Amino acid sequence: MDPLILSRIQFGANISFHILFPAITIALGWVLLFFKLRYNATGDTAWMRAYFTWVKVFALSFAMGVVSGVTMSFQFGTNWPGYMKTVGNIAGPLLAYEILTAFFLEAAFLGIMLFGFRRVSNRIHTLATVLVAGGTTVSAFWIIALNSWMQTPAGFEMRDGVAHATNWWAILFNPSMPYRLVHMLLASGLTVSFLIAGLSALRYLYGDRSESMWKALRTGVFTAAILIPIQIFAGDQHGLNTLEYQPQKIAAMEANWNTGPNVPLVLLALPDEAAKENKFEITIPDGASLVLRHSASGVVPGLNDYAGNHPPVFPVFWGFRIMVGTGVLMLVVSWSAAFFLKRRHSLPRPLAMLMVPMALSGWLATLAGWYTTEIGRQPWLVTGVLKTADAVGPVAGSHVALTLAIYLILYVLLLIAYLGVLVHLALKAAKDGDASPLPGVMNAALSQPAAGE
Amino acid sequence: MTFDWPTLLPLIFAGLMGLAILIYVVLDGFDLGIGILFAAAEDAEQDTMIAAIGPFWDANETWLVLAVGLLLVAFPMAHGTILSALYIPVFVLLVGLILRGVAFDFRAKVPAGSKHRWNRIFFLGSLIASLAQGYMLGLYVLGLDVGLGGIAFGALVALCLAAAYAAMGAAWVIYKTEGELQRKAVLWLRRALVLAALGMAAVSLATPLASPRIFDKWFVWPAMLYLSPLPILSAVLFLWLWRQTFHLPKPDDRHALTPFLTLAAIFALGFAGLAWSFYPFVVPDRLTIWQAASAPESLAFILVGTVFVLPIIIFYSFYAYRVFGGKATDLTYD
Repeated sequence: MDPLILSRIQFGANISFHILFPAITIALGWVLLFFKLRYNATGDTAWMRAYFTWVKVFALSFAMGVVSGVTMSFQFGTNWPGYMKTVGNIAGPLLAYEILTAFFLEAAFLGIMLFGFRRVSNRIHTLATVLVAGGTTVSAFWIIALNSWMQTPAGFEMRDGVAHATNWWAILFNPSMPYRLVHMLLASGLTVSFLIAGLSALRYLYGDRSESMWKALRTGVFTAAILIPIQIFAGDQHGLNTLEYQPQKIAAMEANWNTGPNVPLVLLALPDEAAKENKFEITIPDGASLVLRHSASGVVPGLNDYAGNHPPVFPVFWGFRIMVGTGVLMLVVSWSAAFFLKRRHSLPRPLAMLMVPMALSGWLATLAGWYTTEIGRQPWLVTGVLKTADAVGPVAGSHVALTLAIYLILYVLLLIAYLGVLVHLALKAAKDGDASPLPGVMNAALSQPAAGE
Repeated sequence: MTFDWPTLLPLIFAGLMGLAILIYVVLDGFDLGIGILFAAAEDAEQDTMIAAIGPFWDANETWLVLAVGLLLVAFPMAHGTILSALYIPVFVLLVGLILRGVAFDFRAKVPAGSKHRWNRIFFLGSLIASLAQGYMLGLYVLGLDVGLGGIAFGALVALCLAAAYAAMGAAWVIYKTEGELQRKAVLWLRRALVLAALGMAAVSLATPLASPRIFDKWFVWPAMLYLSPLPILSAVLFLWLWRQTFHLPKPDDRHALTPFLTLAAIFALGFAGLAWSFYPFVVPDRLTIWQAASAPESLAFILVGTVFVLPIIIFYSFYAYRVFGGKATDLTYD
């Protein structure tokens, strides 16, 4: 079999599995800090119970993220040696800074955050939470900077076929970087708030009316309700940025085959790349021109301008629609839930039942969005610099096929185990309610017994 | 040799990478070793052993990420060559590390009934990762030769490195526990030491025999004289530690950390020997560190950050070890 397509599937599978967990830990760190600060301010132990329920999810997600991230750092070398040979001078330092400024910080203070509550002062424990949350966010900064540079490269020159840095500031803050970073951080916030809201709704359905459940539920629902309109706006701005720097990606996202004015907005269709047309399309007249150019006669780029140099249309078109559709659903669900929590101080059963599967809506939207932007960059690995096909290594297709199969089995099993543990933790918390063991409170010496023991 | 930046920078980064690998091998060595020893421990002992490494393992594994990261960023050519030649062993290592890493968390969070399954996965993951690392070391020493002889030698080194890690794990258990488990760990240490010493002797003998260049480097006067402390000191430390296992644990738990420090010193000596043999090559006899290095401006950009950040990392790593100092107790989320 073809090592190129197998290596692509393998890296795609790895990075798809990996992103699920940073999407949780980036924002969950800050949510944990919020729980911790509320506890510090009010002394209400329900906040600390919520903290201890969710810190377990954080620990597990962090471990899953670490092991799948380590895998990727090796795969650059095993499967994509051409990538580092061509752009290693740019990608290398960004990855190195991620390790130096984020990985060690998170890893060292995670231990204190998880197991150190009775071993360090409350203040140091809060500080450890801040450092872990900050570490995950800094980590996201470096990775998004590198990814954005691959989309919209800047600040470098080519010498003998190898990229050399000329301006690190321009490399870091390349044209699409600020938009992508904001979009991803908000995506993480939404992933976590829906996860917390969904698992809390599960506890609610099982009859749990404890204070810690209410606190987590409200935090999840209100955070989601606030973030989703901001995300819709940020996503729109990101799209306009893509229109400016990667018009061929926009053409594929909109399945627009011909450049011109008065382009309709294709809501749903089956794009047919061979025939260069859409089958079964539902459109809004002049819609795409209005959305992208704010005028019915605005010219929208079409795929005919980029023959042989544009991404595959079908996955990009549908990836984008799944992301947007999930976003709209998130808006409806989070605003209804916020309304009921604010006005009625309860949750209608059908809404709670809808919120449980919506716990994973953030994952779906995040994956669909990344598929849109990453497949949308093809056939380039680094836009205009390196084609994906030129980066693949000399490994035999059979080797890649074998490892791919085992990775897939492993990832599916781990994902099932992970979701099983999430549900198990939620149901256990529902059963314990506010009777779960109280955490200790201390500002003094080591190993002091916890309150309530 | 002139001392300008394009000459110095690859040298500095080779040193940093070597340091990261050595720290990784020593620190994650005891984590993996404890995983291997899981097979010989009772249920309650397993919980204590996990408590002895739970707060640290993540930071320990990060040194591997740094080592591979430095190989990737400082020597991109070597990264591609070495890792695509070792495609399958690297894959096996990764599967082992994945299983080991997630088992840590799953075993503490799943319903009580399936805990034993994750204990077994923890053991398997640790064993697989250790064997894969040893196998890769074996192949690397032979110049990435994947012939039948290479595979056999790789398998031998794999076994011995796993034993060396088990010895590290036992030494860490001696330091972090007391009572029955501590006495058990002394016995584990004694058995594992024999295999570890055998492995180190095998690698030391094979390294010069596999490469005429290294042979010439070792067996010339007076380099032989300068090098002789490495094998002699290692042998003395091995023998001394083996004798110590008949006297441990001592009253009042004195010298509980000594076995671990002795093993760390042996690892460092062995590592120094390898570094001396392979310098200046990063891919044995094929690519020198200067041929494989990134552009000087990129290395300089990383170095600036490293000089500031590495001391801070070492400082707070020590702090984390201090917070969880003393004998391990049950690990709970508080």
